[in-house]
Amino acid sequence: MAHKIVSKQQLSADVFTADIEAELIVQAAHPGQFVIICLKSQYSERIPLTIAGTDKDKGTIRLIWQRVGKSTAELADLKSGDQIGSILGPLGKPTHVEKVGTVVCVGGGIGNAPLLPIAKAMKQIGNKVISVIGARNKELLILEDDFAATSDELIVLTDDGSYGRKALVTEPLKQLCQAEKKPDLAIAIGPTIMMKFCCEVTREFEVPTFVSLNTIMVDGTGMCGGCRVEVGGETKFVCVDGPEFDGHKVNFDLMMKRMSAYKDQEEKALKQYQKHRCKIGLDK
Amino acid sequence: MTDEKEILNELLEKQKAAALKPKDRYEVPPQLMPTQDAVERRNNVSEVALGYTETQARLEALRCLQCKNAPCMKGCPVKIRIGDFIAEIANGNFDKALDIIRQNSLLPAVCGRVCPQEVQCQQTCTVGKKFKDVDKAVSIGRLERFVADYGRKKTSKTPQVAPDTGKKVAVVGAGPGGIVVATDVRRAGHDVTLFEAFHKPGGVMVYGIPEFRLPKAIVAEEIDQLEKMGVKIICNFIVGRTRTIEQLMTEDGFDAVYIGVGAGLPMFMNIEGEHLVGVYSANEYLTRANLMKAYDFGKGADTPIAMSKNVAVIGGGNVAMDSARTAVRLGAENVYLVYRRSEKEMPARVEEVHHAKEEGVEFHILQNPKRILGDDDSNVRAIECLKYELGQPDDSGRRRPVPIKGSEFEIEVDTVIIAIGNGANPLIGQTTPGLEMNKWGNIIVDEKCKTSIAGVYAGGDIVLGAATVILAMGQGRNAAAAINEYLKTE
Repeated sequence: MAHKIVSKQQLSADVFTADIEAELIVQAAHPGQFVIICLKSQYSERIPLTIAGTDKDKGTIRLIWQRVGKSTAELADLKSGDQIGSILGPLGKPTHVEKVGTVVCVGGGIGNAPLLPIAKAMKQIGNKVISVIGARNKELLILEDDFAATSDELIVLTDDGSYGRKALVTEPLKQLCQAEKKPDLAIAIGPTIMMKFCCEVTREFEVPTFVSLNTIMVDGTGMCGGCRVEVGGETKFVCVDGPEFDGHKVNFDLMMKRMSAYKDQEEKALKQYQKHRCKIGLDK
Repeated sequence: MTDEKEILNELLEKQKAAALKPKDRYEVPPQLMPTQDAVERRNNVSEVALGYTETQARLEALRCLQCKNAPCMKGCPVKIRIGDFIAEIANGNFDKALDIIRQNSLLPAVCGRVCPQEVQCQQTCTVGKKFKDVDKAVSIGRLERFVADYGRKKTSKTPQVAPDTGKKVAVVGAGPGGIVVATDVRRAGHDVTLFEAFHKPGGVMVYGIPEFRLPKAIVAEEIDQLEKMGVKIICNFIVGRTRTIEQLMTEDGFDAVYIGVGAGLPMFMNIEGEHLVGVYSANEYLTRANLMKAYDFGKGADTPIAMSKNVAVIGGGNVAMDSARTAVRLGAENVYLVYRRSEKEMPARVEEVHHAKEEGVEFHILQNPKRILGDDDSNVRAIECLKYELGQPDDSGRRRPVPIKGSEFEIEVDTVIIAIGNGANPLIGQTTPGLEMNKWGNIIVDEKCKTSIAGVYAGGDIVLGAATVILAMGQGRNAAAAINEYLKTE
């Protein structure tokens, strides 16, 4: 069953968003869960993407993705009204949403997308939400307005200082942890290296921290084990045991290495696609 | 006329005159399966075993003694009337033979290829016993395949469906068990929906068993058949997440549910280095290669797979053989099969072991990895193995492998595929309150495949632990009969 793209937008140079019809998934989805999409044929890659939002009335889910490889580039080339081959979901365990007091939501780059529904849910249940969102530069910063609307306090940063405060997200996170009343919970979603360093900061202050992992996957249902990570010395599957884990127990170094497994093949596939795209005029 | 045909005609004449003695039957040489050349097939994914010719099939069928007590049937999990269908083959009535098989087995083209006949029907065959060699038993599996393929060439009949009953049945998982349940329950006139989490139905027959052992076209034909019967197939639907079993029954109007989700959680060894780049579960390796066609990466398929030079496959079952032989076809120069017991204890089919060896897979028996070693970039560099010897028999009746102290040595590899079995996928259990499971997470059922929830049945690997296609089908048959019975009184 194909799914129609109802609307699509470009958020920054390489980041896109689309609302896609997926009525059954909308009904079942909770913050923190993800879907696996296949673009066209049965031999398209299965791409895991976290659900960035749902619209129950329209029956659409919102996906936000960064153009990094062939499949995400192909997805970026689709337009409103186009169809996506298949969507499986919602997958993974939902975020455990609970009133704990003050929650710091730390998002980096594309990680702001999966973070937003979690921040909303945390706010809705009665927490004080402080959001710290960052990106490499102004151009890559996404969802600032949405976070402003859902947070009690919002700190915006860029690595190069082209917008907001010039700092890495760990800096304000550390300051929040040092305050007289430290946060009760931190949630960090972004590049693996960012999550790793956020967890190092919060560990020092004993602030419980959850991270959402986006490892390589095939089926997304527990069958292949390609997404495995080491958590507290045990092997866990991101697709069925996660995607959220206690960040203080995750072995990020191992995870980062596994993430690069197909780098060469992916680069080759992307180049090939770009060449083809150029030939058929999709780049115009 | 060829020699074979002459021999066949002579035997048939004798049979006609009722002069064919067991002695004559014993003298017919066991017919060898024609296969694709071992060197050639290293470079393609086409089927290895090519199937009997008509003459071969009839000669092989004449080896059958038509035993009155039919020991072969006792070895068959679905109780196919083996002697009867073989007699029809000998007489050249291939359609009749197929009809007889179809009474008990719905997927003969599949079972004829992937059933472990040497430990089922052929193990108890009197001819094999006479020669004290199971390999000389009547090749029941090859004969089953022959008639199934003969039937495939003609337009197959769609099974009759009884008038609509107004009852709805959900089948969860489109693997061999689910297909059987869907067929049998639909035949009784119920409205059947088959839910599949992958984007393609077929279960282990499409993601696991490779093309060279079970052509995907055969699975596709069976799926087509289901659709012709009016079974609805919904892919990309994960029961437990998209909808729960409870929702299917209380909100979506399903009167009964069959859970045939398989054993979808690969086991790892929990040794050092299992997270290195280049370590795969067999499930992942085979899914990338088979279902996602990674061997066509960049040529229409978008899922990558390791381009390996030296591969170690850990395990001694059919999945290990499939992985090793897939690695050969993906261009690996050296493929090592590492197994901690001796070849005699291997659970893999003898035929698969034989084919793997022919294709150049190097067997390292009585060895097992202690850890996986990586280079500076965390890519697999080697495995460190221990040598083993066999001790006293363990619970499985096989002699326990005991590591030899200080026997460590390294094998240089860049890829490690772990094929040591699967655990139970936790999803259905986590999302179905009231469903009873054992401590390993397998669903508990009675002899009719009924679970602890009224109207919910289960079978196959999620009940049995990792087993075979035919056992899943056998349970599917039982469950379907029980569901049809349940819906009469419901």
